[in-house]
Amino acid sequence: MEQKTKINAPEGKQELTITREFDLPVELVYKAYTEPEYVAQWMGTTVLKLENRNHGSYAFETSHEGKVMFRANGTIHKVAPNKEIVRTFEMENLPTSVHLEFLEFEKLTNDTSKLTIQMIYKSEEHRAEQLKLPFAYGLNMAHNRLEEILKNLK
Amino acid sequence: MKLRRDVFQAIADPTRRTIIALVAASAMTPSAIAENFDYSRQTISKHIQILTECELLEQEQKGREIYYQLNPKGMKQIADFIEPFRKMWDDRFNKLEDVMKKNQSNSK
Repeated sequence: MEQKTKINAPEGKQELTITREFDLPVELVYKAYTEPEYVAQWMGTTVLKLENRNHGSYAFETSHEGKVMFRANGTIHKVAPNKEIVRTFEMENLPTSVHLEFLEFEKLTNDTSKLTIQMIYKSEEHRAEQLKLPFAYGLNMAHNRLEEILKNLK
Repeated sequence: MKLRRDVFQAIADPTRRTIIALVAASAMTPSAIAENFDYSRQTISKHIQILTECELLEQEQKGREIYYQLNPKGMKQIADFIEPFRKMWDDRFNKLEDVMKKNQSNSK
C-alpha cells in the first residue's frame, strides 16, 4: 500500500521533506494550520498565540496532568492563504536548535490536497537529533511495555 | 566460524535495542550501560561489541573512560530509524484529517 505520509531525508544534507496527501480540500488543510481552535484539536496542544501574518509569531504549550510537557514557538515569516506558510520552529527545554519550515499547500482535486513541509536545520547533526527523538522514545516505549508484560507474568 | 554481522540482526535483539535507546539519550560507559540490566557485564559487553561491529555504536575515549554513542552513519542503514519519525507525522496528519472532516460535516 502506498504510504500517505512520506519522509525524505537525503544523506549529507541538513534538511528533510515531509509530504502528505489529504482527503480534504486545500482550504481545510490550511485552516488546520491557521485557526487556533483546529490547531489545538489535532495537535493536542494549547495555542497561546498564533498570528497568521507576515512577521507574526506563535507559541504552543502542551500539558499533561497539570505539568507543562512541551513548549514550541516560532516566527511566521510569510503567509499566503491556501498556498504557503514560511516559519521557524523551536522546541523549548530541549537541546534541539531552531529550524526553518516551508509549508506548501497544493490543491489536487476539489476534495483532495497535498502538503509539503521542507525543514531546514542548522546542520546535518541537528537534523539527526530531531530524527532521533521519536526513535529513542519509541524504543523506550517498547521497552516499558515489555517490562510491564514481564511484571504481570511474575 | 565467521559470520557477517547484519545490522537488522543486531537490532532484532531486545537487549541490543534497549542499549541503542539508552545511548541515544546520551553517550555512556560500558559499566553505566550494564547497570541497566540484570545480565552479567560480559553478556552486555558482547552485545556492545556486536553493535559496534555493525557500526551502530561508536567509541569515544574521554580521559580514562571509553564512552559509547550512536553512530549516525550506521543508524542510517536502518530504514526503521526514520520509521518512528514518519509514523509520528502520519499519526498527527491522520488526526488532522479526522478533526477537519468532523468540522467539515458540522458546518455543512
